[in-house]
Amino acid sequence: MDENKAKRKINSKNLAPQESPSIVPTRENRKFRPAPKLDKSPLHGLWALTNRDLRKWYTNPIQLLVSIIQPIIWLGLFGKALNFSNFIAGSGASVAQQNAILQSFFGTTSYFSFLSCGMFAFIVLFTSAFSGMSVVFDRRFGFLNKALSTPVARGAIIMSKVLQSVGRSLVQAAIILVIAVLLGMQTAHFTVQGIAGIFVVIFLMGIGLSALFTMLALRSADWQTQMAIINLLNLPLLFASNALFPPSIMPTWLQDVVRINPVSYANDATRQLMIGATGMTSLAVDFAVLIAFAVILSTIGIVLSWRYLSR
Amino acid sequence: MSATKKSLNSAIVKVENLSKIFGNLKAVDNVSFEVKEGEIFGFVGPNGAGKTTTISMLTTLLKPTSGYAEIVGYDIYKEANEVRRNVGVVPQEYTADEDMTGLQNILLIADLYGISRSDSKPHAQELLKLVDLESSTNRKVGTYSGGMRRRLELACGLINYPRLLFLDEPTLGLDVQTRTVIWQYIKTFKEQYGMTLFMTTHYLEEADTLCDRIAIIDHGKLLRIGSPEELKESIGGDVITVVVKENAPDISAEIAKIELVKDVRKSENTYRIKTNLGEEASPLITDLFRNMGYM
Repeated sequence: MDENKAKRKINSKNLAPQESPSIVPTRENRKFRPAPKLDKSPLHGLWALTNRDLRKWYTNPIQLLVSIIQPIIWLGLFGKALNFSNFIAGSGASVAQQNAILQSFFGTTSYFSFLSCGMFAFIVLFTSAFSGMSVVFDRRFGFLNKALSTPVARGAIIMSKVLQSVGRSLVQAAIILVIAVLLGMQTAHFTVQGIAGIFVVIFLMGIGLSALFTMLALRSADWQTQMAIINLLNLPLLFASNALFPPSIMPTWLQDVVRINPVSYANDATRQLMIGATGMTSLAVDFAVLIAFAVILSTIGIVLSWRYLSR
Repeated sequence: MSATKKSLNSAIVKVENLSKIFGNLKAVDNVSFEVKEGEIFGFVGPNGAGKTTTISMLTTLLKPTSGYAEIVGYDIYKEANEVRRNVGVVPQEYTADEDMTGLQNILLIADLYGISRSDSKPHAQELLKLVDLESSTNRKVGTYSGGMRRRLELACGLINYPRLLFLDEPTLGLDVQTRTVIWQYIKTFKEQYGMTLFMTTHYLEEADTLCDRIAIIDHGKLLRIGSPEELKESIGGDVITVVVKENAPDISAEIAKIELVKDVRKSENTYRIKTNLGEEASPLITDLFRNMGYM
């Protein structure tokens, strides 16, 4: 439509409904148009909702840029500043002794490689934490009520929030992997299966954690409370895990906490797959715990959404 | 035949003793009414009267505390998904996503109804044309004016070919000009889609212009229901208030005998006298008071 025509439209807006009756479906001509076939499966609308949230991320250049820069800062500053190799090098021990000490604590002679594996947990944790936030904003802006007035499955609304955050985590994890290698992560133990494996780990951990944070936001219309909850849970989940430090240097009570923290199993699996570290348990147990974590929390999330999403 | 048809009398909405209690606030108190298929039904009342709460229950967003309601023959609680498929909702707020275009928004809502893209794409274009947004379909909603956003909400409410469209305060916060335009669209919808409309408003003239029948609600209670003419008749005319000295004898019966007086109520020392024609009744009333020795 050309501009003049558009202007005329605006000027004559009072007449607008009468101007275009020919194409408007009337009750009569609706009979000739097939009734819309409705997809009644519980999965309908899931991708539409997920894509709505993902679009906000991938069409926003600033958000995309931040999600690339953030891991560079974390890995570059944190990873290089916290250099345990230098502590030990200052002790005057021989290189062989130093390596033996590092090996016994970290399962590898490079702390940076150890930490890089933990960074995956870091990014999944922080991305998942904000999955609940978009429930809060959808509620505030009325979109949630609009969605609830349609026959879309309540569980699909929740799972869309989970999936969009898992999607972001996977992309960010890929960025971390590239940056970690560029900054000096050891690649000697890399295998195709191993790398595929860590993405499965990230997927499972992302599902579980996002379901947890989304479910905490089900009733909330208050973003301040949600921020407080995120801060309350995020740091304990990170520090009471093996993401940054090996549990062997922790007090025994904390080691017990690490052992019940699902984040630890993700790190454990990642380290076994990527740097060949000796794990705290077998890979099979790691995956079993992660699968159970993802399945149980998303099931709870879906069940709670039936009850608590609408007031 | 459409699969949505269920045995229907003429009532498309049937509400029986519906209540919603929040804590100790009775937001909706034992409300019963019916809406006939094809009419424009208006819910009129001040802010906080319980209009939105009632709509939220009827659109399955809120669970009623007690009572029963049926929409298009489906129980709003037990058959909520069938109700949702048959009903369109235009909420009070602007719910469209500002980061998406008008077209993307309406297609998203279509996806939530499970309408295939082959059907929703042409229909979305038609609806956007109907509400005169065809030149802005590919602009982000964040750049829309208030009136445009309201029109987009209207279009979104129609994407599932609803048999009943709920409009919650459709012209709230709009200027007089834009309001008239929205009224025009609402009339067009009714004529061209032949649907039933259920709207709330606190503008009396809006209800008067658009609605076939009006229900007046306040403090959660349904006060009156009827056509605009009936309601004007019942509350219309003039009210004359006469304040007398305390302890004077009650002369309500004598006042009621005056021909033009419809109703007299006395509370303490005040008479509230309802008449059809204030100018003609007031001299008669004054005369009566004089004869009774008041002046």
